[in-house]
Amino acid sequence: MMDLFTQVRWSPYGVGISIGILSWLTFFISKRPIACSTTFAKLGGMIEMLFRGDKVEQKPYYNKLQLVVDWQMMLVLGIVIGSLFSALLSGDFRWQWVPSTWESGFGSAALLRVGTALLGGVIIGFGSRWADGCTSGHGISGTLQLAVSSWISALCFFIGGILTAHLVFRLIG
Amino acid sequence: MQTKNPGTARFEDKPTLLWGLLFGIVFGFLLQKGGATKYDVILGQLLLTDFTVLKIMLSAVLTGMIGIYAMKSLGWVQLNPKTGSAGMNVIGGLIFGVGFAVLGYCPGTIAGAIGNGYLDAAVGGLAGILIGTSLFAALYPRLNQGILKKGDFGDLTLPRLFKIHDWFVVVSVAGLILLLLYWLERAGL
Repeated sequence: MMDLFTQVRWSPYGVGISIGILSWLTFFISKRPIACSTTFAKLGGMIEMLFRGDKVEQKPYYNKLQLVVDWQMMLVLGIVIGSLFSALLSGDFRWQWVPSTWESGFGSAALLRVGTALLGGVIIGFGSRWADGCTSGHGISGTLQLAVSSWISALCFFIGGILTAHLVFRLIG
Repeated sequence: MQTKNPGTARFEDKPTLLWGLLFGIVFGFLLQKGGATKYDVILGQLLLTDFTVLKIMLSAVLTGMIGIYAMKSLGWVQLNPKTGSAGMNVIGGLIFGVGFAVLGYCPGTIAGAIGNGYLDAAVGGLAGILIGTSLFAALYPRLNQGILKKGDFGDLTLPRLFKIHDWFVVVSVAGLILLLLYWLERAGL
């Protein structure tokens, strides 16, 4: 049994089925779907509150979201801890600036990779709020509820992602 | 929502927060074991050379869907499908996709990537996402009056769209997912 936890990789089907079962439990116990991206919007609002005070809460978008430390924020914090735990158990944890796929196309300069990640982050953060969900909220939890909004979003995530990845790596890289 | 003193954060009740943390730890553990916390695996999926991400997602949707609809039929859970519109989900989805490929993580897996020690995620990506969501919050009043309302369809689900019984759709979607996974394995992907 311990062997299982120290393995670096599990079958994608084993992982997927387990995430599916986890979603039963979040619905049954917490009455909520697994989702992540709202947390970043709330965190952004809370950081802005540190500088500009409570009036930030009156912005229409933050007023709609409610800047409260909630279940989903703890879920996202938990992901960091769970991943760290898994990586430490299997010896797969390491500090790394530049992933190998990136390095094969664009070299090993950390600054270029971090700058690109920053740009990509701005785009995905903006897009996640525009679409009102991300790969977990729409891509898993919404599609499994058979929501039309989520099936359209998930398809568009992959259409946009596949086209952009090919453009970046096949034409530029 | 409870009242608060100025300058302090508000919190949901403790049991709710603890359940969220516990579910998150399990989710993060699974994402890392599946390889989904890695840029190389996510880009492999978008470059169509490694189908790990799709296999994880489709088997999660298959399993989750059957269980959630079973619990719905038993009256144990209520669904809350998100409302949407063409303007929201098509345009927002495509913008998200562009960011997905440029960043190489998504909002959930970036949390896992940070736990895995990946500094491009922790330093560049996280800051970027916070800037991106703040930008959206600033533009929200204007977007909400226009593009986000275009082609609004509310909280429509596939069974209501096709006007057929829940389980007919569940079984059809399950069949299609199994067929796609079988085809991926046969193609050696």
